[in-house]
Amino acid sequence: MVEIITKNDTAATVQPASKPSVGMHLKSHIREYGILIVLVLIMSLFQYLTDGTFMRPANLTNLFLQNSYIIIMAIGMLLVIVAGHIDLSVGSIVGFVGAIAAVMMVDYNLPTLVVVPVCMVVGLIIGGAQGYWVAYWRIPSFIVTLAGMLVFKGLTMVLLEGQSVGPFPKNFQILSTGFIPDFFGPGRPNYTALLIGVLAASVIVFLAIRTRLKALEYGVEDEPLVFFVAKNLLVAGGFIYISYLLSTYRGLPNVLITMAVLIAIYTFFTNRSITGRRIYALGGNQKAAKLSGINTERLTFLTFANMGMLAAVAGLIFAARLNTATPKAGFAFELDVIAAVFIGGASMSGGVGKVVGAVIGALIMGVMNNGMSLLGIGIDWQQIIKGLVLLAAVIFDVYNKSKRN
Amino acid sequence: MSDTILEMRSITKSFPGVKALDQVNLKVRSGEIHALCGENGAGKSTLMKVLSGVYGYGSYEGDILYNGRLMAFQGISESEKEGIIIIHQELALVPLLSIAENIFLGNEINAHSVIDWNETHRRSADLIKKVGLSENTSTLIEKLGVGKQQLVEIAKALSKKVKLLILDEPTAALQENDSQQLLSLLLEFKRQGITSILISHKLNEVSRVADSITVIRDGRSVSSLDCTTSTISEEDIIRDMVGRDIENRYPERNSKIGECLMEVKDWNVWHPETIDRQVIKNIKFKVHTSEVIGIAGLMGSGRTELAMSIFGQSYGRNISGSIELRGKEVKVSSVSEAIKNGIAYVTEDRKELGLVLDENIMRNITLANLEEVSERLIIDDNLERAVAESYRTSLRIRTPSVFQKVINLSGGNQQKIVLSKWLFANPNVLILDEPTRGIDVGAKFEIYAIINELAMQGKSVVMISSEMPELLGMCDRIYVMNEGEFAGELKGSEASQEKIMSLIVRS
Repeated sequence: MVEIITKNDTAATVQPASKPSVGMHLKSHIREYGILIVLVLIMSLFQYLTDGTFMRPANLTNLFLQNSYIIIMAIGMLLVIVAGHIDLSVGSIVGFVGAIAAVMMVDYNLPTLVVVPVCMVVGLIIGGAQGYWVAYWRIPSFIVTLAGMLVFKGLTMVLLEGQSVGPFPKNFQILSTGFIPDFFGPGRPNYTALLIGVLAASVIVFLAIRTRLKALEYGVEDEPLVFFVAKNLLVAGGFIYISYLLSTYRGLPNVLITMAVLIAIYTFFTNRSITGRRIYALGGNQKAAKLSGINTERLTFLTFANMGMLAAVAGLIFAARLNTATPKAGFAFELDVIAAVFIGGASMSGGVGKVVGAVIGALIMGVMNNGMSLLGIGIDWQQIIKGLVLLAAVIFDVYNKSKRN
Repeated sequence: MSDTILEMRSITKSFPGVKALDQVNLKVRSGEIHALCGENGAGKSTLMKVLSGVYGYGSYEGDILYNGRLMAFQGISESEKEGIIIIHQELALVPLLSIAENIFLGNEINAHSVIDWNETHRRSADLIKKVGLSENTSTLIEKLGVGKQQLVEIAKALSKKVKLLILDEPTAALQENDSQQLLSLLLEFKRQGITSILISHKLNEVSRVADSITVIRDGRSVSSLDCTTSTISEEDIIRDMVGRDIENRYPERNSKIGECLMEVKDWNVWHPETIDRQVIKNIKFKVHTSEVIGIAGLMGSGRTELAMSIFGQSYGRNISGSIELRGKEVKVSSVSEAIKNGIAYVTEDRKELGLVLDENIMRNITLANLEEVSERLIIDDNLERAVAESYRTSLRIRTPSVFQKVINLSGGNQQKIVLSKWLFANPNVLILDEPTRGIDVGAKFEIYAIINELAMQGKSVVMISSEMPELLGMCDRIYVMNEGEFAGELKGSEASQEKIMSLIVRS
């Protein structure tokens, strides 16, 4: 007779599985480590080709400043794509929110502290409005956001009357171009930057160790110990090295902190929260998710609202960086963002993808933009190469999947 | 009659790490109906893929002799040229094309690449007449029921001058009378000299039409039975399939039926799209604690619609009526309310509606009750894993780990995962819709044992099934449903297939 357990008496321990080998582990996680390795390889390649210019602190700082808004939107887009949808309007929202900020601050002299939250709410409403049609009326997201893309591009021009509006007040510009001040006084290196880097690295290692110990308590060992140690050493080393490099220049850019906080929040959200988990189920099989008691409509709606808000944050950062709002701002950003998410391993059909993957995907795009510009490669060839990289990444995914089956 | 049309000799086919077929022999006489039986995963489909050239010559060991000649197929088109045609369980028809277009799809009647529509429709009309289908040849496939679609597939096979017709679980999705019609058609083909290989789980059908039977178990051919010379009983076949006797196909249950747990009254449901079509009419029923009740009926009688409308109004429009739990009326207008009130529904379509196929076992099991493995909306990974592991062990889900994607598992294992998901939601009333469809004899027995165990724990089980023996073997009471209404109620001890059928026919 089969014994049935109910939730009240689930045993808290698991029979220890056989110990995982390094090779097996690597094989089953090839996609995740693969793009990270690709990123490091591309960076090394540019470092070599540019005779060391690429990894110079000034260029590295620039790299983060240039790509922060793409990375922030890639996080939101990842959720949208995991939920089984797409959002083509984010570039237009960037422009539109920048225009609103400009009108409010330049024409009406409203303070930054009012404008920033208002703009984020505007983004939330725009995303929600689009999500409403997708979620409750079942209109394909491609259509709704294509319409949104046109509408908000148009509205941007209306708001700005076809002109560029600027400059912004100083305390708004620091959103994007400011740096964390050095509490240890002026002079180099910037010890605050270094300290934050070391702290971040320590927190990551501490959390990793705690998770592993907890898992071992349950008799679970997923990662071989060697691998665990090596991985954490590399990650922590990378953090400290980059913060060191930045500390020899102007320190940590504000956007880097904004970005890091957002990445941390959303990584936790997708991995551990109930809502995050449900988005994956929704994208994997909407009908099954609905029959499991998940309010799929509301979840879809919220995913789009969240995307709109993150696009607004990106719009503010971009406007602050240019120090002016222009009708052309945000043009074709959606393409870079969507490409980043797919390079990062998300599946077109939904249900699969990781925040860290999308961030690395965005970094790969950003590094290529930056590196190729340093090398003096024209915008024409940059487009061609980026297109081919996107194609190659997805082909690799499909090939991997077919090989496993 | 006695000359051999097909002989597959010591076929061995290996995949990395697994030997799917090991020295399998299959000998089919010309003009017979040959049944191929075996549990899921025994290797039947693999053998047929070798035969049809999906696994081409050279990728397997052994010989295929067809009409005495050695065959070396590289792909389906080559085997079809010889008149060997497979009809798969999942039909390969294009829903938005017409019957005629589907029959000649890939094989269009044309002159210089221009399709001759008149000839296409004329020949299609002939073909579907032969299979006993009376439809206009320009009817779209999506307008047809599964039974008729199957007939279109067979007509398509006929258009290719079929000599050896292979049917993979043709009646799995069919209703009793459609199945009967299909089997008669096979007998008719036999008279016309067409040989058939029938892969089926339904042993009563096999023993009815088959002239000989080959049983495959664990990738080996275990026995070849000749039904023309001796009578073969279903028990004989089952013994060969599972390698042991199952004295009782339905495990015993000793439980005392308790108080009334759920009562549904005056339940009316309208079709979600067709405005004036009432799908469920004035249904009332109750189920007690520790009781297993069955709902019998033909496909399309509204059983699934009834279950889904009760389960948080997942189906239908203008739903009226009341649901009482332990005598108190409850509101269940959404799935989450149903779950909160202790009602669970295990769908008949596990791939489409029950599972997130790309996710792993663990994530599927906890999906309907994530709160239970979480604290303040944050999931506890380790607890979640422990929960999943405990279901894997207790329900004997055969997989190395709970991190396996469910898409790679067999039907029986997938069904156990859907069951686990709902057991973890800790319901009082479990509605099981076709819980054993498409799974093999051994796994069926395990599912029955789980149902009994649940009843003994005091839960109420509502079981919807098209397999009458299963209802008769498992249920304390059986409601018979027809065209959206309950035509009658039978006690389990008094019910018989004849009584159920007559209730359906007479209502």
